[in-house]
Amino acid sequence: MTVQQEAGQEIGQEIGRPRKRKEDARLLTGRTQWTDNLVRPGMLQVMFLRSPMAHARITRVDVSGARELPGVVAAFSGQDFAAEQGSLPCAWPVSEDVVIPDHPPMAVSEVRYVGEAVACVIATDRYRAADALEAIDVEYEPLPAVLDMNDALTDGSPKVHEAGNKAFSVKINSGDLEAAFRDAPVVIDRTYIQQRLIPSAMEPRAVMADTDGDAFTIWSSTQIPHVLRVMLAVVTGIPEHKIRVIAPDVGGGFGSKLQVTAEEVLCLLLARKLGRPVKWTESRSEGNLTVHHGRDQIQHIRLAAEADGRIRGLQVDLLADMGAYLMLVTPGIPLLGASMFNAIYKMDAYEFGCTGVFTTKMPTDAYRGAGRPEATFGIERMMDELAAELKIDPVEVRRRNWIKHDEFPYTTISGLTYDSGNYEAATDKALALFGYDKLRAEQADRRDRGDPVQLGIGVSTYTEMCGLAPSRMLGEANYGAGGWEHGSVRMLPTGKVEVITGTSPHGQGHVTSWSQIAADALGVPFDDVTVLHGDTAIAHKGMDTYGSRSLVVGGIAVLKACEKVKDKARKLAAHVLECSPEDLEYAGGAFKVRGTDAQKTIQELAYAAFTAHDLPEGVEARLDSDATFDPENYSFPHGTHLCAVEVDTETGMVKIRSYVAVDDVGKVVNPLIVEGQVHGGIAQGIAQALFEEAVYDAEGNLLTTTMADYLLPSAADLPAFQLDRTESPATSNPLGVKGVGEAGTIASTPAVVNAIVDALRPSGIHDVQMPCTPERVWRAMEGVRR
Amino acid sequence: MPRITVTVDGIKYEEDVEPRLLLVHLLRERLGKTGTPIGCDTSNCGACTVMLDGKSVKSCSVLAVQADGCEVLTIEGLGVNGSMHPMQRAFHEEHALQCGYCTPGMVMAAIDLLREDPEPSEETIREGLEGNLCRCTGYCNIVKAVRRGAQEMGRAVTTP
Repeated sequence: MTVQQEAGQEIGQEIGRPRKRKEDARLLTGRTQWTDNLVRPGMLQVMFLRSPMAHARITRVDVSGARELPGVVAAFSGQDFAAEQGSLPCAWPVSEDVVIPDHPPMAVSEVRYVGEAVACVIATDRYRAADALEAIDVEYEPLPAVLDMNDALTDGSPKVHEAGNKAFSVKINSGDLEAAFRDAPVVIDRTYIQQRLIPSAMEPRAVMADTDGDAFTIWSSTQIPHVLRVMLAVVTGIPEHKIRVIAPDVGGGFGSKLQVTAEEVLCLLLARKLGRPVKWTESRSEGNLTVHHGRDQIQHIRLAAEADGRIRGLQVDLLADMGAYLMLVTPGIPLLGASMFNAIYKMDAYEFGCTGVFTTKMPTDAYRGAGRPEATFGIERMMDELAAELKIDPVEVRRRNWIKHDEFPYTTISGLTYDSGNYEAATDKALALFGYDKLRAEQADRRDRGDPVQLGIGVSTYTEMCGLAPSRMLGEANYGAGGWEHGSVRMLPTGKVEVITGTSPHGQGHVTSWSQIAADALGVPFDDVTVLHGDTAIAHKGMDTYGSRSLVVGGIAVLKACEKVKDKARKLAAHVLECSPEDLEYAGGAFKVRGTDAQKTIQELAYAAFTAHDLPEGVEARLDSDATFDPENYSFPHGTHLCAVEVDTETGMVKIRSYVAVDDVGKVVNPLIVEGQVHGGIAQGIAQALFEEAVYDAEGNLLTTTMADYLLPSAADLPAFQLDRTESPATSNPLGVKGVGEAGTIASTPAVVNAIVDALRPSGIHDVQMPCTPERVWRAMEGVRR
Repeated sequence: MPRITVTVDGIKYEEDVEPRLLLVHLLRERLGKTGTPIGCDTSNCGACTVMLDGKSVKSCSVLAVQADGCEVLTIEGLGVNGSMHPMQRAFHEEHALQCGYCTPGMVMAAIDLLREDPEPSEETIREGLEGNLCRCTGYCNIVKAVRRGAQEMGRAVTTP
């Protein structure tokens, strides 16, 4: 049903509609508010001098040469901040034995990775600041770098911190693992390496800070303005109510801007020291060194199975590289995989162990998927190994183990309760779309012919836990905050609608999707809704955007606030129409008295609530409300991704021939946005499989400091993806939505690597280390040819 | 300090510039044309792509003095009389942007690509945009948008 409202405006079913984005026009015409675009009167430029040593004692810093240069207002060393800079926070003390070393925003006496800030200059523009950095003199006494996790845990290893190189260890058991492995017909034992990645959001980080002498405003390219505000107060001692954080337009994050950074703290302190606005914008090569990295695990996995392929038990032992310090959620990242290695499969016993290790490298932290891509890679690679060992089709071995659609809700061996899903349906759809049987026939043919270009088929049937997160469960995990989200809805006197959200979008299209949710819930036109976000003075409460949480938690908070507005409007309508609230029905944006023509539109009621001339007892002026939502459970998107690759066995070149993804993200608010998220996610997962790796040399220097060395895929490196969906609504929220931000990235990496290994398996190869570059693939072939 | 004359989005500027000043910094920090962003420092990402005398350049790898006497067209000058260029509209229609940071450069590079091949195949588009990186979209919708933009620009040329 659609109702004509004003000219050209329709009210109808917005949820599920592929609305074009409200965000686009500004972004397409350059009317943007990236932090680096912003200018304040009298603003100064900050630049940091960074350590060229992976590990060293700082014996002397002399900034006096810099201070004398033209255009330079000030220059400081770590010593100048020592009394006020505090320690960068870690909000997730994951275990009783966790070691959280002091993490000064600017190094004072010791540097522990290449890129750590040791001094800064503040000048009238960036060219003068860059000149002045050259005039700073720093003397270091080198200390041994610690680069290899296994070596770092040996007794004789040099130490990153006084307390040693072990950050924490965690072990989780469920079921009788020993019994599962005892006399098991099949045991698969593998070690996989999750290489270190650089998140590489297209917008480099930037921070601007200003003060009126008492209160501070900080603009930052961040995913987390609300968390940042609390943390800046905690770290610097500046009272929280004197800090306002604004996340203007933010150009991508992928977890890398889920951080409280040294530069944010130092810019705030510089604004205080100088009483002037300051801005810092990183160069890309500075960013590759100092934006937190992702992944970096060594996974030792053992799997015991019956002869028919049914899994008996799974044992996972991880080494996770923390880098030099524990940042905001560093130690929690590998543990987000703890409940995900068992994935969609049933088994009798499971053990997960993880040791966090300090090294003299950039700290790791959240990167798209955060712990779940690593786990999914591990188990999905193992499922293919199991299939190969038993000579069963890899889809069939999964089918024999997965939770069936009529078994939901299902409590897994690791203790999560999956509320809904249909792995059979998604897989069947994907197989049909992919032309699985035909591709297998072609593969057999190429094998028979000894074709130098072999065809490989990769399967990945993934799930993930997202919608972070139920506060109660975060408490159980010893996380330092809750997982709720806030939304408020204001009907303005003219009948237009302002939605304020605690989520902080940086490309996800919340303005469009939240407009759709509010338009449906209130019965108002989509174009009549505006969405405000990303400023702690406007969106007073929020837990920000990460972990595919925004729609699942924040979108529901908006929906709840709309429902409250409607409840209030109903009371007012009953008063105006002189009937009881129960006699009213709400449709098409108006309350109608059943069986009569009498009605009041929500816009009329908004005006009546604004004038407040005649309000019923207990109804306050203005038609607005707010709500928080705290989910009772995570959400569990799932899907089946299939990848076909052609591998040239003579050159090692891998070409993705086709890629099919059937995802189940529950109900969909905007299919256009969902599709875009899946596309981008798949691309990032493929990038891990084929292209990207942060490489340190033997002295601890990062070699991949530029986009010439760290290979982000271009359009020419990627194929088109074929997408479809199944829909198993989530039962943990009223919209039935599950979240989609990370799904593609979680699914695609193992799909691609499984395909490459599948192509080469007849040669006796059962693994290729990521990224599977032509050289790596060629070397793997050479290894077996010899 | 050399004085240069440069026309940007139809407006003529005379500026005294240091010889080392990059064109992108002239645009952003001297002329306030912040629609053109900077994404890297090695001319790999293409976010800063603008037209210099009708051909696309990465404005981070051009010195301001090299633009002396030239016409620069940025994303801000692309639309006519407040309406978007067909390529901008195509990016909107095909959902070819998410965070939008790469978008100005991507749109300029796409328009430049059509100078050489007004009806490009998918492969030509992918190869032609190799110097512009996007981290959000996986490029699928960008390719679609460039095709759509090409069609609409073709139509704009052929219909009086």
